[in-house]
Amino acid sequence: MTTAGSKILEGFRPIYTATCVERLEAAGAVVIGKTNMDEFAMGSSTENSAYHPTRNPWDAGRVPGGSSGGSAAAVAAFQTPWSLGSDTGGSIRQPAALCGIVGVKPTYGAVSRYGLIAFASSLDQVGPFTRTVRDGALLLSQIVGRDPRDSTSLDWPEPIRVPDAERLDGVRVGVVRELMGEGTEPGVRSAVEAAIGHVEALGGSVVDVSLPNSRYGLATYYLIAPAECSANLARFDGVRYGHRAADAEDLLEHYERTRGEGFGPEVKRRIMLGTFALASGYYDAYYAQAQRVRTLIVRDFAKAFETVDVIASPTSPTVAFRFGERTNDPLAMYLADTCTIPVSLAGLPSLSIPCGLADGLPVGLQLAGPAFSENRLFDVAHALEQAIGFDATPPGVFA
Amino acid sequence: MPAVIEAEVVRHVARLARLGLGEDEAERMRGELSVILDYVAEIQALDLHDVPPTTHVVEVKNVLRSDDPAPSLSRDDALREAPDVIAGGFGVPRIG
Amino acid sequence: MSTWEPVIGLEIHVQLSTRTKIFCGCRLSFGDEPNTHTCPVCLAHPGVLPVLNAEAVRKAIQVGLALGCEIAPSAIFHRKNYFYPDLPKAYQISQFDNPICGPGRFPVLDERGDFEVGITRAHLEEDAAKLIHLSVDGRRAGAERSAVDFNRGGTPLVEIVTEPDLRSAADANTFLHQLRQTLLFLGVSNVNMDEGSLRCDANVSVRQAGTTELGTKTELKNMNSFRFLERGVDAEIARQIAILEDGGRVAQETLHYDPASGSLHSLRSKEESHDYRYFPEPDLVAVEPDPAWVEELRRDLPELPGAVRRRWVADLGLSFEDAEVLSEQPELVAYFQRAAALTDPKLAANWIRGELRAQLRELGQEPWESRVTPELMAELVDLVAARTVSQAVAKDVLAEVIAGGGSPGAIVQAKGLGQIADSGELEAVVDRLLAENPAQAQELRDGKEKLVGFFVGQAMKETQGRADAAAVTAIIRERTA
Repeated sequence: MTTAGSKILEGFRPIYTATCVERLEAAGAVVIGKTNMDEFAMGSSTENSAYHPTRNPWDAGRVPGGSSGGSAAAVAAFQTPWSLGSDTGGSIRQPAALCGIVGVKPTYGAVSRYGLIAFASSLDQVGPFTRTVRDGALLLSQIVGRDPRDSTSLDWPEPIRVPDAERLDGVRVGVVRELMGEGTEPGVRSAVEAAIGHVEALGGSVVDVSLPNSRYGLATYYLIAPAECSANLARFDGVRYGHRAADAEDLLEHYERTRGEGFGPEVKRRIMLGTFALASGYYDAYYAQAQRVRTLIVRDFAKAFETVDVIASPTSPTVAFRFGERTNDPLAMYLADTCTIPVSLAGLPSLSIPCGLADGLPVGLQLAGPAFSENRLFDVAHALEQAIGFDATPPGVFA
Repeated sequence: MPAVIEAEVVRHVARLARLGLGEDEAERMRGELSVILDYVAEIQALDLHDVPPTTHVVEVKNVLRSDDPAPSLSRDDALREAPDVIAGGFGVPRIG
Repeated sequence: MSTWEPVIGLEIHVQLSTRTKIFCGCRLSFGDEPNTHTCPVCLAHPGVLPVLNAEAVRKAIQVGLALGCEIAPSAIFHRKNYFYPDLPKAYQISQFDNPICGPGRFPVLDERGDFEVGITRAHLEEDAAKLIHLSVDGRRAGAERSAVDFNRGGTPLVEIVTEPDLRSAADANTFLHQLRQTLLFLGVSNVNMDEGSLRCDANVSVRQAGTTELGTKTELKNMNSFRFLERGVDAEIARQIAILEDGGRVAQETLHYDPASGSLHSLRSKEESHDYRYFPEPDLVAVEPDPAWVEELRRDLPELPGAVRRRWVADLGLSFEDAEVLSEQPELVAYFQRAAALTDPKLAANWIRGELRAQLRELGQEPWESRVTPELMAELVDLVAARTVSQAVAKDVLAEVIAGGGSPGAIVQAKGLGQIADSGELEAVVDRLLAENPAQAQELRDGKEKLVGFFVGQAMKETQGRADAAAVTAIIRERTA
């Protein structure tokens, strides 16, 4: 059964297998189940699942993050050593951060999207959740590379290595000040700064870098992603599969009721937003403008990577929040992804590693690099992981 | 750009998207969309006429498939998940 | 009363004859059981992605080159969004502002004067699936339910859009005819209007003759035969003129021509709203054809029907009509050219177009698949030209060649069918006939001219058609003068 957390796919049995799953099975992995998520990967808390909530293993009163919150919580709770998630604007990295585990969002095109139910096609990537960076690298090494069924998947220049670097000699780490400003919880800021503090001790250097247009990331993302999703989710029409409204009089009623009944509030919001952004009369001001800002953001990163090898920031400006805290304010929920979204818009590889606790809850450090720099990212993340020495065992998980 | 979008626009967009929204739902949607559109308005002030749009972040071109047939699904498999099957096809209600 | 000028542009959808669909590996099919050529991709299951068929790109570029279009250095695909049950993704992958083939000009040969039609663009897209309407008469109107058959969904299409350069329904017909033949010669499509592999919509408006501003246009959907195109466009022109002469205004709308009643119906329905929200397709990357490859394709284009006709009329002295008929199919062109190279082209044209096709039609054969090779045909034409055999005998010999008799010369020799050229022998025949029919001979001498035919007929009978009719006539006249 595959539902993508949506009522519109209740009872749906897929008729084919995703490439990334095929590759893992071919490598000997055993698929033990599918996990909860925000409906169609839209959300940052897994509260948008049409089925049930997923709790954060560190505090059952708090969300695991999202949208791949089920995958993150399952690994954090030691139900499975590895899981896969998908990341469009932060949906692997943010729940990894909130659950105190490692989450990897590869370069756009690294992992085939064939079989991944599309949210925003130009941003979606599949990636691993693991408890260690080495596991993350190992899992990614098995799913990376060109797939003839995905035109945007890429020939991979070099194998993904399992990292063993202990030092960061010569590595230049850039700290993005714009992503550590207001809205960042003090506990998050101090944990991230402490983690970055290890860089020089390990032989690397730390400089400040600027991504001036990252402040527009959220606005840009909330036009591009909904626009793409409005088309991607149009296929859920109750004709070939999935929910179908009963006794519709005619085709129009069939469509409107099937989709009105099948989709939850956040999905409807984004379909509406995206349809609006693409509609005649609004396209240039909204969608086309967002694509231009996306260019500025891509350029910001290119410029930053002229002087640094890796960019560091918090993964999420906050630790895990309580259930219901943000569900009535969509914009507040969107702010959970301010640090991860600019990286997604630029299509760059990025991962989150746990770097400490704030008020007893995990804090994630986001590292990002230029396209195809996964091996270096894993090296840096592994070295820092060893230096930080985070214990990824939630209190009481083995009680 | 209006900070608040009109109910008529909400209805038009919902129709384009084939989303049935109840009265209350549409009104709530109007409020939420207004807040979000107000927020994203910050990028509209930017003068970007000389900036090209980014539609793809991958640089690859000419990804093509050779014209070789692959097996199709059996009809039973194709229709397996269909909510309504008539005459070997996917049933749909009366069209317009 | 003012004179009105019709302004017509066409949009033609051409199904490409690739082996597989444009974005997946399912085979193309026609007339098979519903939903037997589908896969997760063309059923738009969650998570699937399109991968572009290289052969569809090649064929689209060939079409563009044949229409004189510029081939885009970089073409991209867009999503065209609308809900309909025959469109499984609820968007059609099509092209918008960067089509594979840009502007071009297409010369049309016409007996009443050649003309040129501007081509706005030719772009690649996927075909929709087929709806089966479950009502008594199979029509949409009144159908309680419909069923979707996705076999056709995803067939590669090239949509050709012309400039509004056509000025009459007849011109539109002539253009479409030559376009169809061009596509046939390219070998890119079956161009079968009955099966829907060639479909035509027409945009029609009228304006006062001598003005340049365009009137309000209507779109005529699915003019799917040459006859319907001409009749439908003529009906629409008449309708618009009547409205305008009444002081009314033409409404911009989509119309459907009903060939049974000859009338036009508006296609508007309540779910229709024309905001397709085109945006670049993120699942496909740009197509950037190598210019050297495009040049290679250009070089390898076959000689197209327009050029063939022009050459035959100018160089071989063929009539426009002969040239037109003999260039209907590329195989026929090859056949005729081979035969014409070996004998008198005009006579060959006459025989192939006329007697050969007539005799083969009875058998349901085409010249190029018959036993009459172009070489054998040329040999027969030579025998006729040299007056070795009469027309009548030649027809019989042709029938024997069709039946597998081999060389016409050998048949003539073996059966002694050669035309009697010896005037002594013919004179003897005529003298004997005059003697055997004294009454008719006298009437002829008295001026009853009709009886020449009687004696020629008798002479033919006597010689089993081997007599040269002209020579016999001359002898009869001489003897009865």
